[in-house]
Amino acid sequence: MTHMVESRNIPNELYDALLAVDRLSANKLLTETTSDWTATERIEQLVSPALSRMGEEWEKGKVSLSQMYMSALICGAIVGTILPPQASHTKVHPPIAIVTLEDYHLLGKKIVSSLVRSAGYELIDYGQGVTVGVLFEKLTRDGVRILMISTLMLRSALKVRTLVNMINGGGLDIKVVVGGAPFLFDDKLWEDVGADAMARTASDITSILDRMVKEVR
Amino acid sequence: MTSLQRVLTTLGQKEPDRVPFFLLLTMHGAKELGLSIKEYFSKPETVVEGQLRMRKKYRHDCIYNFFYAPVEVEAWGGEVIYYEDGPPNSGAPFIRKFDDIKKLAPPRVGDTLCLVKVLKAHEIMKAKVGDEVPIIGVVMSPFSLPVMQMGFDKYIQLMYERPELFEHLMKMNEEFCVEWANAQLNAGATAICYFDPVSSTTIIPREMYFKTGYEIAKRTISRIKGPTAIHMASGRCLPIIDDLAKTGTAMIGVSVLEDLCEIKAACKGRLTVFGNLNGIEMRRWTPEQTEAVVKTALAKAGPGGGFILADNHGEIPCQVPDHVLTAISEAVHRWGIYPLSWTKDRQV
Repeated sequence: MTHMVESRNIPNELYDALLAVDRLSANKLLTETTSDWTATERIEQLVSPALSRMGEEWEKGKVSLSQMYMSALICGAIVGTILPPQASHTKVHPPIAIVTLEDYHLLGKKIVSSLVRSAGYELIDYGQGVTVGVLFEKLTRDGVRILMISTLMLRSALKVRTLVNMINGGGLDIKVVVGGAPFLFDDKLWEDVGADAMARTASDITSILDRMVKEVR
Repeated sequence: MTSLQRVLTTLGQKEPDRVPFFLLLTMHGAKELGLSIKEYFSKPETVVEGQLRMRKKYRHDCIYNFFYAPVEVEAWGGEVIYYEDGPPNSGAPFIRKFDDIKKLAPPRVGDTLCLVKVLKAHEIMKAKVGDEVPIIGVVMSPFSLPVMQMGFDKYIQLMYERPELFEHLMKMNEEFCVEWANAQLNAGATAICYFDPVSSTTIIPREMYFKTGYEIAKRTISRIKGPTAIHMASGRCLPIIDDLAKTGTAMIGVSVLEDLCEIKAACKGRLTVFGNLNGIEMRRWTPEQTEAVVKTALAKAGPGGGFILADNHGEIPCQVPDHVLTAISEAVHRWGIYPLSWTKDRQV
């Protein structure tokens, strides 16, 4: 269902509020202004498109990372308040995990987590500074089928190869999606390290997950 | 010309004998000396020896006395994690909650062992190379240091939502940065590379930069008693070049994400450009690719001076093989001789 609120362009208004890091306006748009929308409609027609658009603009150099992060934070908090506890919005899917591999720069993971959760996925968060060995144990224990890895340093990105070898050697069936600066600066790196996909921006991730969830079922 | 004369000429927006190039190598010296990265950085003498050997091998135009980014975090009491196959990295941030900022006090440079080690390396290098080649010292900008002090995510929130604590942190960081930069200049550094990736428009919008990183850079750079180069560490800067030119810096380190022609044109002779070879991709370049990439950069930004060829991040990964570094050097020595006549008929 598509809503019109007094001919206003709510998606654009939300996008502008998020760009300006205007928490109050964003909150008003997603609560009072759209009070007759269901929570799922607000998320699918307003929040997800706004964050996706922001990711696309970031890749073009028109939006900054700080705006993306604050938008993800603001939307994450609002979505948490408008969704009922057992939300119908939540998708049914095999275990999906996210990690910042071998370093402590967790901005990318936070942005992606917020976006993915807004899209209805539940995530196991393995945190940051996790080594390949520890990660492999966790993946085996939890039966994870899709793993999203965020890295900032080239060294960490190259460690994905070690992990993929362990996954293959251990007979695990896990799809690996990578993202982060090293992969942006070398568009062949994700294939070199044996990943199944690369997310150029945080907004790529939901379509990648939608596809992978169908594949691993 | 000596390397220093070559660099000074290009800084004066004139053409020297050839395009200067900086190979900003931090870890290759360890490999050359057969040491682990941790052992290599444990003594100033080994870093000096590594730098001198790198320069002899690749004939580039600077000595880069940059140990590792988190040396400043170490000075503030934070954790540094060493690896065999990558630069030392900062561990978990030592500012865990916003209110921790109120309890912080900046370290004194002369009392801090890890910084004194870097200063000692400057002294030894200066005694060995004199005025033949510029020695580059490094500081993290007061505005970018918090990424390691408290983590990117918390820092962005601080900037937007806790202005009073942000200002307090900046005040301390500025004092530390000025003291640290001037100590390096006193010890023998020719110039200071002021790493400021958070000011890049990749990280914050220009409006935010104008209120924060710009003012901080102006205040800090005006108190640093030597030439500075602002480095964006792979971040974009085209929309803020006019602002950067007003900070008092002489050079900017630019990203491969932006076009060198556009950057050079925007600098309009006010700033010298250095960059922008892709250090991540570099590890798998063939000699032919390397030559082609170098030629493109020289053709785009070399004419008229005001350009130093370098990588785009300020640190070449240790995975980049020696043959690529040799190929860069050979390409600059072959194609970088002024007046770069070969560029005249070339589409860039």
